[in-house]
Amino acid sequence: MNANIRYRIGKSTMFKGLTILLAFACVVPLIAILFYIIRAGVTRISWHFIINTPKPVGESGGGIANALLGSIIIILVAAIIAIPIGIMSGIYLNEYKKAKLAYWSRLCVDILQGVPSIVIGIVAYFWLVKPLGGFSAISGSVALAIMMLPIVVRSTEETLKLLPDSLKEAAFALGMPFHRVILKVLVPCGISGILSGVILSVARIAGETAPLLFTAFGNPYITADIRKPMQSLPLLIFNYATSPYVDWLNLAWGASLILLVWVLFLNITTKIITRRWKVQL
Amino acid sequence: MDAPVDKGMVGSGAETAEMNLLRTANAPSIVSAVSRLKKSYRQIRTESIFKRALVIMGLAMVVLVLGILFTLVVESIPSIKALGFKFLWGKTWDPVQDIYGAYPFLLGTLLTSFIALIISVPFSFAVAVFLGEYYPKGWFSDLLKNTVELIAAVPSVIYGFWGLAVLVPTVRSFESKVGIQPIGVGIFTSSLILAVMIIPYAASLGRSMIQMVPSHLKEGAYSLGATRWEVIRSVIFPYTKSGLFAGILLSLGRALGETMAVTMVIGNTSIIPKSIFAPGNTMASVIANEFTEADKPVYVSALIELGLVLFLVTVVINVIGKKIISRFTNE
Amino acid sequence: MKNLLVTRAIILVSMTVVALSLTSCGGSGGTGGGTDSTSSKSDEALIGAGSSFDNPLFSKLFSEYDKANSVRVNYQSVGSGAGISQLTNKTVDFGASDAPMNGKQDSAISAPALHIPVTAGAVVLSYNMPEIKDTLMLTPTVLAEIFLGKITKWDDPKIAAINKGVKFPSTSILISHRSDGSGTSNIFTTYLAKVSDEWNSKVGKGSSVNWPVGLGNKGNEGVAGLIKQTPGAIGYIELAYAVQNNMAFAKVQNKSGNYITPSIASVTAAANINIPADSKVSLTNTDATDGYPISGFSWVLIYKEQKYNDRSLDRATKLVKLVSWMIHDGQQYSSALNYAPLSANAVSVGDAILKSATYDGKPILQ
Repeated sequence: MNANIRYRIGKSTMFKGLTILLAFACVVPLIAILFYIIRAGVTRISWHFIINTPKPVGESGGGIANALLGSIIIILVAAIIAIPIGIMSGIYLNEYKKAKLAYWSRLCVDILQGVPSIVIGIVAYFWLVKPLGGFSAISGSVALAIMMLPIVVRSTEETLKLLPDSLKEAAFALGMPFHRVILKVLVPCGISGILSGVILSVARIAGETAPLLFTAFGNPYITADIRKPMQSLPLLIFNYATSPYVDWLNLAWGASLILLVWVLFLNITTKIITRRWKVQL
Repeated sequence: MDAPVDKGMVGSGAETAEMNLLRTANAPSIVSAVSRLKKSYRQIRTESIFKRALVIMGLAMVVLVLGILFTLVVESIPSIKALGFKFLWGKTWDPVQDIYGAYPFLLGTLLTSFIALIISVPFSFAVAVFLGEYYPKGWFSDLLKNTVELIAAVPSVIYGFWGLAVLVPTVRSFESKVGIQPIGVGIFTSSLILAVMIIPYAASLGRSMIQMVPSHLKEGAYSLGATRWEVIRSVIFPYTKSGLFAGILLSLGRALGETMAVTMVIGNTSIIPKSIFAPGNTMASVIANEFTEADKPVYVSALIELGLVLFLVTVVINVIGKKIISRFTNE
Repeated sequence: MKNLLVTRAIILVSMTVVALSLTSCGGSGGTGGGTDSTSSKSDEALIGAGSSFDNPLFSKLFSEYDKANSVRVNYQSVGSGAGISQLTNKTVDFGASDAPMNGKQDSAISAPALHIPVTAGAVVLSYNMPEIKDTLMLTPTVLAEIFLGKITKWDDPKIAAINKGVKFPSTSILISHRSDGSGTSNIFTTYLAKVSDEWNSKVGKGSSVNWPVGLGNKGNEGVAGLIKQTPGAIGYIELAYAVQNNMAFAKVQNKSGNYITPSIASVTAAANINIPADSKVSLTNTDATDGYPISGFSWVLIYKEQKYNDRSLDRATKLVKLVSWMIHDGQQYSSALNYAPLSANAVSVGDAILKSATYDGKPILQ
């Protein structure tokens, strides 16, 4: 083996080593963040923490009950809005692949995916908060629903695309009407892909703060009225993280841990579903 | 057989007579045929309603995007009328004196995004090459792939909070050692956090691009005696150039629009940053900070105009990126 | 198809029922600690926004008010400027501001707003220098020069001259100021404009100014947060924030030449003046010999005519009663939080202003 070949092989090995190093270096910040938040947050979590609302400024104790319930309600309403529309749009894009409208629709879904969340917050403010005369959880939910749509539409379309045509043709051959073919044959067949898209979109919006800044506004009390302002986990973390009060910082750490665990859990669930059913997302 | 029309039994009227007639003369199949016909009419109607609903949903996406654009433009008009296009290169942002210039934020956004991109690209590419070429299968690569994707899953506000608690003091002590005013927050810190957040986008796209390189090209190179690195350099990279570029574009698009993490660590100063360690503001962070208290119509409108610029820029970048990808995957 | 339709209909109906029941039941209120507070109807909650200066006090006041009267108040500390614009947009019931509405804000609002003084507080200069044990003393001139960026290090001779015997570190001074429209900023800059001609001509006064140096932060909370985290930082915050967070704050020399520690006593001394009928008055650079020179009132703002946007008489009455309670019984909670209780003069002016609030032309309070 002459020197030239050894040099080239050496370069190749060095490159491989560098690649491995850099690749694993990526993981370091994530692990650091996870550990830090677990360490800072785990001591704050208790039954008391989950049940109570924040105390007046300067008093210790209190919890994040209003934010927990608020997050759940806002996300639920957003999902109720986005899921039907998203799934139907996904079905449309798959069924009418060649239509001119489908081209523009697909383009718009791609555009929606890239819109910064703060811009959606602004738009929701003008669409809902100003006309209705006040901040409300529903306006936050609408903003979040807009953010969920691209993911649900995309995953529905991709899932349905992967289903074999023979399935659809067999159903038609049996004389089933169009809507039955879609709703009773195709959708149930692709339900795992669609479901993982839904879960993914929920995970995406669970941590979103910017759209809620000018819509849901925040609320120190527990409330379930979606026409009124509501607190949510990311809003609480944002407001308390920049404050000087040690109690609030503690609440924010606990809330961050809960939010992080929740989001990671949803993402991991999605991965398990896609792997088990071998769906490409 | 003739059916006796029994007027007494069924009541009067020509229709009922007909029904009677049908009922007795080969009746069941015809009756069921009629009801089946009625059922198919209903089905056809439901079908067309459903199809129409599908089309409406497809249209809804377009309407939504147009609506967003429309709202942004309409609300920006007062500012455009008052300030014109000088707004974009105005260097001062002073709401108190009604002076609005977007330049500090354009600069802040570009600086943070591009520095973040420069920092993250080597890492993204390393992950892409690692997963696409060296270890495309196996539990080991699955672990790395999933971990990198989880980076994208962590909410932005948590990155910001961690940045405030950990990164800012670290940068602050670094600054005091190097002799710069130790603030901790600033463009540099935001770029660092952004860099971590956008790694997954270029990485996962790059990985799928690299995996798509036809093996006969690689095998041809190997059979000519190329080393692994030479194959990557001379075969894979040229082949996936456009795909990797699209990945960078997508990462850039994400970085441009990122709000929360940046708002928390950038220092919120609406002046042109003098160095990368100085505090500043991005378009997204100034909107987040000042929108709720913009009390003058021109002020609100100027902020919305910033939102419009942000919207247009991110849309263009994302669409170009996606077009490159679809052209690449359809080749 | 029929089965699927029926299933879907059932799901839809049950979700609607669940949603409706959630909205109508309104959830339990409470301020934590497991106390069995009587639940109040959530749709009766009053919404307020504004001054972060007041937030420590308001947060306590509203929690006590809810316990006593079962009326919930959702107050968001977003800064005086935001409070005024939310009131102008009619998205809140009341605003809170430490700066009276200025000419531009007056012309932007569609109907007159009443200013009711609810408390007085001190804007203190809080700093982060764990090395020095004595309290920092500042003169108006030195203070202005620090904020103008002319004095950049703590060991500057000008600072040493007024703090004899104190060994300062050579750390750079980092100014922490407000990035949002702030009544606290208004009080502070009004003071600086009065005592420094250079500040007056270069920067001026207002809720939002072009700060020559420093980092901007949202709310008193943000300014305090930055000071707490950054060695060498100095900034202006309300007294309650400094006390609640164990932060050091400076003595400031007033007009009479005395170095005054911000406290309830010194703020009360500064507030001991005749208040005009519309209650808009500044307390800065007080003539009182023992008065703290950077004090200020804080006002609650409500529309004079309460019938707008389908507001009910009930809601308007609740609002006016809340404000009335704040200036009477609510004052008992001020001192514990280092806010100065209103003087009798201020209370009577406040009462008179409140009595002028009308619903459909008729006064609400009798």
